[in-house]
Amino acid sequence: MNITLSVNGEERSTDVEPRRLLVHHLRDDLGLTGTNIGCDTSSCGACTVLMDGESVKSCTILAVQADGHEFITIEGLAATARRDNGDPGALHPMQQAFHEQHGLQCGFCTPGMVMAAVSLLKENPHPSEADVRLGLEGNLCRCTGYHNIVRSVLAAAGELPESEEVRA
Amino acid sequence: MAILGSRVLRVEDPRLLTVGGTYCADVRDRRLDGAVHATYVRSSVAHARVTSVDVAAARILPGVVDVVTGADIDLAPMPGWFNPGMVRTHLACDRVRFVGEPLAVVLTEHPDQGEDAAEAVAVDYEQLPTLTDPMAALTSEVKLFPEVGTNLVCEFGEPAHAGPDALDGCEVVVRRRLVNQRVAACPLEVRSSAAAWVDGRLHVWCSTQNPHAVRDALASLYVVDAGDVAVVAPDVGGGFGAKIDLHPEDLLLPWLARRCGRPVRWVESRSENLLAMVQGRAQVHDVAIGGRRDGTIEAYRLSIVQDAGAYPGMGVYLPMLTRSMAAGTYAIPVVEADARAVVTTTPPVGAYRGAGRPEATAAIERAVDLFSAEVAMDPAEVRRRNLLPRFDEPLTTPTGETYDCGDYPAALERVLAAAGYDELRAEQRRRREQDATLALGIGVSTYVEVTAAPSGGSEFARVEVRPGLDTGAGIDSVDIVVATGSSPHGQGLATAFAMLAADELGVALERVRVLHGDTDAVPRGSGTMGSRSVQLGGSAVRGAALGVIQQARKVAADLLEAAVDDVVHDAAAGTFQVSGTPAVARTWAEVAAAAERDGKPLAADHDFQVSRPTYPFGAHVAVVEVDTETGDVRLVRLVACDDAGRILNPLLAHGQRHGGLAQGAAQALYEQVAFDAHGNPLTATFADYPIVSAAELPSFELVDLETPTRVNALGAKGIGESGTIGSTPAVHNAVCDALAHLGVRHIDMPCTPARVWRAIRETGRMSTSGS
Repeated sequence: MNITLSVNGEERSTDVEPRRLLVHHLRDDLGLTGTNIGCDTSSCGACTVLMDGESVKSCTILAVQADGHEFITIEGLAATARRDNGDPGALHPMQQAFHEQHGLQCGFCTPGMVMAAVSLLKENPHPSEADVRLGLEGNLCRCTGYHNIVRSVLAAAGELPESEEVRA
Repeated sequence: MAILGSRVLRVEDPRLLTVGGTYCADVRDRRLDGAVHATYVRSSVAHARVTSVDVAAARILPGVVDVVTGADIDLAPMPGWFNPGMVRTHLACDRVRFVGEPLAVVLTEHPDQGEDAAEAVAVDYEQLPTLTDPMAALTSEVKLFPEVGTNLVCEFGEPAHAGPDALDGCEVVVRRRLVNQRVAACPLEVRSSAAAWVDGRLHVWCSTQNPHAVRDALASLYVVDAGDVAVVAPDVGGGFGAKIDLHPEDLLLPWLARRCGRPVRWVESRSENLLAMVQGRAQVHDVAIGGRRDGTIEAYRLSIVQDAGAYPGMGVYLPMLTRSMAAGTYAIPVVEADARAVVTTTPPVGAYRGAGRPEATAAIERAVDLFSAEVAMDPAEVRRRNLLPRFDEPLTTPTGETYDCGDYPAALERVLAAAGYDELRAEQRRRREQDATLALGIGVSTYVEVTAAPSGGSEFARVEVRPGLDTGAGIDSVDIVVATGSSPHGQGLATAFAMLAADELGVALERVRVLHGDTDAVPRGSGTMGSRSVQLGGSAVRGAALGVIQQARKVAADLLEAAVDDVVHDAAAGTFQVSGTPAVARTWAEVAAAAERDGKPLAADHDFQVSRPTYPFGAHVAVVEVDTETGDVRLVRLVACDDAGRILNPLLAHGQRHGGLAQGAAQALYEQVAFDAHGNPLTATFADYPIVSAAELPSFELVDLETPTRVNALGAKGIGESGTIGSTPAVHNAVCDALAHLGVRHIDMPCTPARVWRAIRETGRMSTSGS
């Protein structure tokens, strides 16, 4: 079947098998390997991308279902911010927050985590810590213990509490 | 330059955040063009004779290039660790010993075709009885290796015997069997590797924690010179110890590549990962603790049975570390520990964050709480009375381990203060007086662990200083390249080692690039595991930096027309000057350019060597709420004091502690690899294995403490595994503490709602309706 998707602002047309998963289409057909595969039960969220502005797990979408829709992957996220503020080197505020709060270690869960977080804030611009933790329940991380991921999302939302919980 | 010890953001981040890392499955390399994809066919039964493997139907499916079975492989089999007779072939031949064991492999043009073809391979099994309980395996008639005649792999120390022992004569003795359950490492990136023979050299890409060990293992297996094997560890999506060992699936790829004359790539599925990647912990502990009614502990005995899984590997070595660390943080005069490792029809056990040390801490910390309950004393107070006092000189424990330095009482007091321990106990009393349904539990742990175990080690670094290529960076720019034998997979070592080099040399952090994970670019290395990289790798970087400074001083002396001895390196200014005349100086750029002109570019190698490990320590307090009607447990607070000596970058250190705390708490409350009575895995997908998510955890409260070690010039101990080691018993103790007033003495981990609920009901103190 021939499908056409808008991916990171570009129209991409390809022939795919009906059973092709969107995540394989993005990674292997379109060469966008930033999005990762971490499981086979749609549990881990490493494959999260934005579909028409909302987060989806691309392992649960068939490429043929994606036909005609707009996608943003991690590779295209910074550009969406640059469009808005004109600075060619700028990171998206969520990427900047993850950097400043040390919200990533090995980086494997990060693209999916960042996309899920962007969508979370779009839905709930002023989340509490509990909102963030529940909102990211579908995105697994083994390295960070989630502590700094939560701080990253709260920081991006301007909700980070003043004090860092470290004492000497 | 005061960069060391400060919170520096990671140089690794921009790439990972914008385009994502290049993990093994993402690698695009012309040497892998035309690669076939390997899909392993795995045993669906736990123990059986394999009577036939029929590949005919698979061979004719679309895209199938080849199908290989155990009978085709002519590689030397792998002897079992500590018991060479327990042999493993790369593909199972006439016997399978765990569900998921690979017994055939299909090579296809596309990965999807591999899944289809693997299903078409027909295997006939003659099933044999299974053994999933290590205690049963010790004495069972069923033998995994009939030729060996026993399931016992090896023994360390004197096993406990019936009759009088070290605890006789103690006023109070508590004996208990504890289970330190099997868990799965669950790195977010599953196993993956690729192999290609090009012009007589073997090129391998592997998601590994130790590319040089992969190189050496493959050179040995394929009988080629190590110089003819080139291994690259691309970005690695987590290891946690499980990617230290090479699994047969990785080891086989070069053989498959040679056979079909094409490169081969392999990426497993998560289900395969949960079936066949080495798993962690899996020890049974018989603890005995004895002392006086005044709370003094006089003797402690730990008997370990290590479940090795089906084939003895790293897992049977780990009990040696458990034994050596059995005494923990205490001044107990008599400590004895023994261990036996046994095979079972389950996946092999290997290293998992802490690797033998969490088990030691979990055992003694639970034992101390059981003892505290027996003498009706507060567990924090019992610890106070029995901790080793602060020591700055090496101290040898009854198990023969020599700790470098420590201040366990300070860690305990700091964490109790930070947690508000007295207020917590008061709140617990209030809830008990009110018969509150939501019980509060407070758990304490103190721990000491060993990093760069068992006896230090070595690491390589090279530092090169070149005139800057980037003219936009100014005429005084230099490019520093640091090559390290460490192999980070999330730890942020590119940042940490850049900081070390920048600080020692007196250059801007941005000028330093750290190279790792490529055996052609870095001649030797020990990889990243066991919390060794800052103390060993960092010390090597510092040594190489000092070496290149010495070279630079000689070049500068020529430029300054001075004697070498009169030339000083000013690290703050980043210049070389004649002692006493700072105005006459040469910059790094000038010196590097002169060295290049002389045909001797500035570059120094350093092999750092130390014969002693280091001993980080700490204390944790966990607060849980237990719903006594449903058994549900919620971790409300986890307060952690972790001392790893001098900290290079608190951003990185805190991140490591957070990750460890989460994994440790997860073992206490949620995670377990489970099998049914026939050895069928019950937790072989992320839908079944309860890997912890953000929703189950609180934010952590960290308390810092730094007691520098004298074992290395950096004063650094390891930090990567500490969080895991202290948190598991703190959380476990908290759950048991929450229910103590109901008469519950102990619940085995993981403290699931079902177990908690059952434990409460078994005391008979609460009606089943809960009202």
